[in-house]
Amino acid sequence: MIINHPLLGPRDASEFTYLGDASLLMRPNSDDIDAYHDYIHLRDNPDGLHRELWFHEQGDRSWLVITRNTATHEITKVELARKT
Amino acid sequence: MKKNMRIKGGMIDRKRPLDFTFNGRKYAGFAGDTLASALLANDIHLVGRSFKYHRPRGIFTANSAEPNALITIGTGAHQNPNSLATTAELYNGMVCHSQNHLGSLGFDLLAFNDFLAPFLGAGFYYKTFMWPASFWEKFYEPMIRRAAGLGALSGLDDPSHYDKGHRHTDVLVIGGGVAGLRAGLLAGRAKLKVIIADEDFHFGGQLLTTQGEIDGKSYKEWLQTTLAELASMDNVTLMPRTTIFGTYDHGIYGALERRRDHLPPEAQPQGVRQIMWKIMAKSAILASGASERPIAFSDNDRPGIMLASASLAYAQRFGVATGKRITLMTNNDSGIDSAIALHAKGVNVDAVIDSRGRAESHHRLPKSVRLIPQGQIVGTSGRKRIKSITLQSGARIPTDCLAVAGGWSPNLQLTCHQRGRPIWDANLAAFLPPNQLPQGMLLAGAVRGDMSTQACLNSATQAATTAIKTLGKTPPKSATPTAENRPYTIKPLWSMKGGKNRQFVDLQNDVTAKDIAQAHQEGYSSVEHLKRYTTLGMATDQGRSSNLIGLALLAEASGKTIPETGTTMFRPPYTPVPIGAFAGRHRGRHFRPTRLTPSHRWAAGRGASFVEAGAWLRAEWYPHKHETHWRQSVDREVIATRAAVGVCDVSTLGKIDIQGRDATQFINFVYANAFAKLPVGKVRYGLMLRDDGFVMDDGTTARMSDTHYIMTTTTANAVSVFRHLEFCRQCLRPDLDVQLISTTDQYAQYAIAGPNARRLLTRIIDDSTAITNDAMPFMGCAEISICGGIPARLFRISFSGELAYELAVARNYGDALIRHLMELGKPDGITPYGVEALGVMRIEKGHPAGNELNGQTSAHHLGLGRMLASNKDYIGKAMASRHELTRTDGVRLVGLIPLDRPNSIGDSIGAGAHILPINSGNSAKDDAGWVSSVAYSPMLGSSIALAFVEAGDQRHGEEMRAYDPLRAQDIRVRLTSPHFFDPEGSRLHG
Repeated sequence: MIINHPLLGPRDASEFTYLGDASLLMRPNSDDIDAYHDYIHLRDNPDGLHRELWFHEQGDRSWLVITRNTATHEITKVELARKT
Repeated sequence: MKKNMRIKGGMIDRKRPLDFTFNGRKYAGFAGDTLASALLANDIHLVGRSFKYHRPRGIFTANSAEPNALITIGTGAHQNPNSLATTAELYNGMVCHSQNHLGSLGFDLLAFNDFLAPFLGAGFYYKTFMWPASFWEKFYEPMIRRAAGLGALSGLDDPSHYDKGHRHTDVLVIGGGVAGLRAGLLAGRAKLKVIIADEDFHFGGQLLTTQGEIDGKSYKEWLQTTLAELASMDNVTLMPRTTIFGTYDHGIYGALERRRDHLPPEAQPQGVRQIMWKIMAKSAILASGASERPIAFSDNDRPGIMLASASLAYAQRFGVATGKRITLMTNNDSGIDSAIALHAKGVNVDAVIDSRGRAESHHRLPKSVRLIPQGQIVGTSGRKRIKSITLQSGARIPTDCLAVAGGWSPNLQLTCHQRGRPIWDANLAAFLPPNQLPQGMLLAGAVRGDMSTQACLNSATQAATTAIKTLGKTPPKSATPTAENRPYTIKPLWSMKGGKNRQFVDLQNDVTAKDIAQAHQEGYSSVEHLKRYTTLGMATDQGRSSNLIGLALLAEASGKTIPETGTTMFRPPYTPVPIGAFAGRHRGRHFRPTRLTPSHRWAAGRGASFVEAGAWLRAEWYPHKHETHWRQSVDREVIATRAAVGVCDVSTLGKIDIQGRDATQFINFVYANAFAKLPVGKVRYGLMLRDDGFVMDDGTTARMSDTHYIMTTTTANAVSVFRHLEFCRQCLRPDLDVQLISTTDQYAQYAIAGPNARRLLTRIIDDSTAITNDAMPFMGCAEISICGGIPARLFRISFSGELAYELAVARNYGDALIRHLMELGKPDGITPYGVEALGVMRIEKGHPAGNELNGQTSAHHLGLGRMLASNKDYIGKAMASRHELTRTDGVRLVGLIPLDRPNSIGDSIGAGAHILPINSGNSAKDDAGWVSSVAYSPMLGSSIALAFVEAGDQRHGEEMRAYDPLRAQDIRVRLTSPHFFDPEGSRLHG
């Protein structure tokens, strides 16, 4: 796969490590144990568009939010996580 | 008797004869020959035995779809089993052997399998070798592997070099036949960056094996002109001997370039044999052509039976007649054309059998060729070479080569590697590529069903024009060349009924028409099930010549149409790729990088024993000459450190430099314990949790200034902690002004531990007042300079429990520093210690390390529950308070001391042992915990261990058992505090 890095342009996917569902960005309040349970344990696993976190570990160390179709690997959007 | 089957012409160089041996016998060929063409030139058709029945088999194709002619080429370490004779370029001195026979190729003892055939049908293994179960491993499997095999590996290290690389291009043209070359030429003229790859060693595809004209020039002349123009363009790269084996996401193609397979073995180590390329192409023009397929009939697998296109290729390209009286069987016009072309080359085509009635193309057949319309073959004779054919009329035709033309199947594999499903075309009786092609892919030529040279040229022009326009260039003005444009008609025929014997569908895996019918009868009527049950299309050729016939026969058996039956999923690779090419240079020690510590050279010079810690090599102990057991070295290092001073390279610990106005806030967020009030010049132990509440890592963090911290991590987690911190910074707290950088590789860091540690430091520090106990108490830190102005950092931290420091200098000073310390420290009794002594000392002190921080333990389990801050938010806070992680009867870290004979090595506690009550059974219900770390403590004179035991903190003094069924040990132990040595910590503060 090729990931179109917002700062660096197209980069090979092998430069990145994968984390998973971008819902991890929405960390709930630590006091809300139920919300935290969902945050930690419940993930959608869609057949289709999926917002997910990738880390440019062999690059500029940006965390990216990538919208990717899990069925076709088509990438429709790449954003810097810190700007979302 | 050697026979010479050479005829005039061909692309071989008759001035360059080459010698080779096949099964020990010497033969001759020419430069430009493949092994197959050279064998056929010597009238050798029998080249191997079939996989299952050990039937004699001959050369079947003239390309990479070959199912039969699998040969072992080379000997010793250069031995390459399962090489295709049909693609292997002949070189001088080539040594080849046939495969899969016991005894000689001519008399194979395992051929008795052929007579057992009635019992060896589809699903035979599944049904037969079931009982008794114990027979499988010892008897059935070895027997089957012995009997049903391909070539053998040498078992020696491969001396060839392999490499990997990336290429970027505007247009990748896959296949260098007429369509590929035409498309590449136009793209090249439009000044696009072009790669044209072809698996063959000559470009030209079908132009090499047939005769015709383009724009009034012979194929040969057109090829020469076109290739010369392509070679003259700087923006065009021609890659012969290169197979594009897979289509991947976003225009990435896998390519295998065979650079030296055509050279003798002695030339192999002098260069790279094969390169695995990852080609990034903005656009790809697939011009992979089509493959001819056979028709099944009774006894259709004899040597001398081959595809009509192969027979013609050997005559046209290699100047070899595949027989003295050839019979040709066809169901389409291409077969008629092959017969005409063979005849034109002076090859004796005795008869043409056309399963159709009269066809228009028959008029073009020469008068001397006997035409048998509506003919059907019901049998053949000749065990090691075909001798005759029997028709359904009963007529026998003597022959020494039967050329079969069953129609053409487009080579559409690369269009379907991303779940594409091909589309049935009834006119061509073949599958065509799907409408939805992989990103950026265009089609040209026979792969899209173009069956004439003219049609290929037209679609190539169109594909190139589309690619050029898409990439923003102007298509060059050029009239599409004119060429032969005969119609192609076919009347599908998959198998000829009426014979008595087996009809082989998949020649390589010995799958017969009967197997397919039987599989259907037994309920395997999905094509994917059929494939797995019968192994149809699962051999090294992936059923390129057989799949469609198999599908058609399944469709017939199930009363469905072929498109209803569908195809199996296509997956890379298109042709087999050696594992060596996937590995590239990453072999043996080079599989991954080895990281060396700054003191490595010095340690190696002292004879240190090294241990792998992640990618690092670390000194585990430094043996003295008289020491015969590692325990002697480790015990000595521990005792010497605790008595005087020891030094240990701890550079492998992760180091993260954290700076920014909000650095304090950030660190306070990522650590579970309080950090907000750490003063400048102080270090604190930090406990890091995962968001699920379990412990992720621990380390120390030093505050160098208001806005500057240095964090350490464990060696193992250096990378993952840094990644985690970047996640926290960018994804969770982008509001904070803080920056991170890993400095693990930039600093050499030594632990200097023991009562004499300060005295030793005084000898190198420029300002010795900086390290008095008042200036730098326990957990102090400072930027200092040593040895007359070399900047350094000093941290008064202790993993050993001694008066200890960690001294960090720029990495390049690391080697000099260790040598200098060892020299200056002689009066202080300095001893280097390795990671084993480091481990012993930390176990004596009850410090958790990797074995305790295994991702399944919480702060409470580790006895660190009180460290968790209650007055701040931090990663892991919510989930760390869960009942299971905090319950008071949950496991707690304890120390263990054996009760009996504690000095005996045999009674040392084993890591991983279970902790059980004294009077219980040995079952899981009594299991109260596990042993995580073990050591022999020279200070206590006893084996000691750290363990997690249920409510262990409340059970100090209790006797239990360390039960280890793997080591057959059952040791009585007493639970203690994990702080075995100097529990008051008085030595730290000295």
